[in-house]
Amino acid sequence: MLRYTLTRLLSLAISLAVASVVIFLVIEILPGDPAAFMLGTNAQEDTLAALREQLGLNGSMSERYLSWVGGMLTGDFGTSYTYRTPVAEMVADRLWISLPLAIYALTLSTVIAFPAGIWAASRRGSAADVGVMGVTQLGVAIPNFWFAMLMVVVFAVNLRWFSAGGFPGWDEGFWISVKALTLPAIALALPQASILARVMRSALLDTLSEDFVRTARAKGLSRRQALWRHALRNALIPVLTIIGLQFSFLLAGGIIIENVFFLPGLGRLIFQSISARDLIVVESVVMLLVFAVVLVNFMVEIAYALVDPRLRHRR
Amino acid sequence: MTDLRTENLPPQGAPVRLWGRALRSRNLVIGLLLTLVFALAALISFVWTPFDVTGMDIANRIKPPSWRNPLGTDHFGRDILSMIMVGARVSIAVAFVAVGIGLLFGVPLGLWAAARKGTLLDEVIMRGNDLVFAFPSLIIAILITAIFGPSAFNAIIAIGIFNIPVFARLTRSGALTLWQRDYILAARVAGKGAARISVEHILPNVTNLLIVQGTIQFSLGILAEAGLSYVGLGVQPPTPSWGRMLAESQTMISFAPHMALFPGLAILLTVLGLNLMGDGLRDLFDPKLRGRS
Repeated sequence: MLRYTLTRLLSLAISLAVASVVIFLVIEILPGDPAAFMLGTNAQEDTLAALREQLGLNGSMSERYLSWVGGMLTGDFGTSYTYRTPVAEMVADRLWISLPLAIYALTLSTVIAFPAGIWAASRRGSAADVGVMGVTQLGVAIPNFWFAMLMVVVFAVNLRWFSAGGFPGWDEGFWISVKALTLPAIALALPQASILARVMRSALLDTLSEDFVRTARAKGLSRRQALWRHALRNALIPVLTIIGLQFSFLLAGGIIIENVFFLPGLGRLIFQSISARDLIVVESVVMLLVFAVVLVNFMVEIAYALVDPRLRHRR
Repeated sequence: MTDLRTENLPPQGAPVRLWGRALRSRNLVIGLLLTLVFALAALISFVWTPFDVTGMDIANRIKPPSWRNPLGTDHFGRDILSMIMVGARVSIAVAFVAVGIGLLFGVPLGLWAAARKGTLLDEVIMRGNDLVFAFPSLIIAILITAIFGPSAFNAIIAIGIFNIPVFARLTRSGALTLWQRDYILAARVAGKGAARISVEHILPNVTNLLIVQGTIQFSLGILAEAGLSYVGLGVQPPTPSWGRMLAESQTMISFAPHMALFPGLAILLTVLGLNLMGDGLRDLFDPKLRGRS
C-alpha cells in the first residue's frame, strides 16, 4: 500500500509540474508583451514599465517560471492587477461559493441516481426501466446551461419560487444561501445524475448475472433480497469511481453555470479576469482548479486501493 | 436471468443480416434520422437559407414563430431557423474536426503503444495520456480560447486535444487483446513487422470500437462547442452559433422565450441523435452488450 501511495504521489507531482509548465507556456507564447496585452493600446510608457517590473518580465523565462511556482508553493499567488488584492484572498472568498455548489450538486446527483439506477436494474426491460433509460438519455444530451435557463424561466420568472441569479452571501443566513444555490445545483446535477444512474444500472446488471448472485438465489433468497444484500454492494465500486470523477468535473464544470446565475464563484472570477486581461489571476486560478481536480482524482485512487486491494497491483 | 438471446444472432460476418438488424434497432434508426436532419440542415445552409443570417430587419424584431419565420426572429429581426441552420454547420464542423484530431493522433499512438507493450515507449505514451486525461478539459479549453483569442479554430484545437487520450487508450486496449490472437502470430511467422501488422490486421479490427467512440466524442464536442460559444469563446459574430444564440437570448428570456427554446432544442436533439446512434452501433457491433449501458 505504501509503495502504491508513493507511486501515485509521484504521478500526482509530475501531473502538477507538467500542468504548471503548460499553463505558463500558454501565457508565455502569447503574441507580444503580456504587460501591453493587459494594459491595452493606450497604456502610458511608465505604467507599462511598472507592470513589467511587477510581472518580473525583465527576468529570464526560467526565472519567471520558478518565481511563479515558488510563490504558489508558499501560498503567494501574486496580486491581481485590476483589483489590487492578493489572488489568494480573492480565490478564498470565491471558493466558498464554488465548493458548496459542487458538493450540493454531487449530493443531488447521488440522491437521484441511486434509486433510479437500482429501480431500473431491478425491473430490467419493464416500463420503469425504459422510462429511466429514456429520461437519462435526455439528461445526458441536454446542455446544462440551457436547462439552467429554462429553470430560470419556470421557477424564477413565472413561479417566482427562486431568484433568477446572484448570491446573498453566507452572512445573510444559511438557508437563504442554500436556496440561491439550488437552481444552479440542479442544473449541474442533471447530466451527472443521468450518467450515474446509467452506471449504477449497468453495474448492477453485471453483478446480478454473476455466480454468487445465482448461489444466493439458489439458497432461497428472493430476487430483491439478492439484489440488496449481495449485488448492490459489489456494484458500488464502479459507481463510487464515477462519483469521485464527477466531483472534480462539477468543480470545474460549475464555471459556465456560475455565469448563467451570476454567482460570484471561481468561474465568474476567471471570466472577469479574462475580459479585464488580468493574466495573473487567470494563470493562478486555472492552476488551482487543475490542482483541485488532480488532487481529487488522487484521493479517489487511494480510497479505492484501500477498499479493494486488487487495485494496488493492477496496471 | 440467463441471457439466451445470443442463440438468435446471425453468424458473424453476414452483411445482409447486419443491415436487417440495423433497421430493427430503434436507437440506431432514430439516432440516424436526427443526425441526418441536422447534417442536411447544415449542408443546405451552404446554398440556401430562408433568410440572410447577417441581414437585420428591425421592423420584425423579436417576433414569435409565424408562417414567415417558423421559429420566430431575434432581437435584430434575424430569422432563427436560418441562424440554426448555419449554426449547425459550425457545431458539426468544430466537433467533426475535433474528433478527427483525436483519431489522427490518438490511434497511431495507441497502436504504437500496443505494439511495444511493456516497453518504456508504451509507458511514456500511456502516462502522457493519463496526464491529459486528468486535466479539467473545460478549463484548459477556456484558457486556450481566452489567450489565443476566441475563434472556431482555437475551439477545435482546445476540444480536439482532449480527444487524443480517449482514442489512444481505446486503440491500445483493443489492440492488446488482438495481439494475443493466432492470426497475428501467423502474420508474425510470415515475417510481417509490427508496423505492418498494426496497419493491416489490428487497425481494421478496432474500427468498430473507434466508430462507436467517435460518435460519442462527436456529441461531447457539440456540447463543448456550445458551452464555449455560450461564454463568448467560440466562433465570432456575425457567424451564428447555437451557444451564442442562447447567450444573447438570456436577457430577453422572460418576454421572448422562443429565442432560447429553439437553439437549445437544436443542441439537445443533435446530441441525443448522436448518442442514440452510438448506442445503436455498439449494440450492432457487439450484441452481447445490448441493453447494458
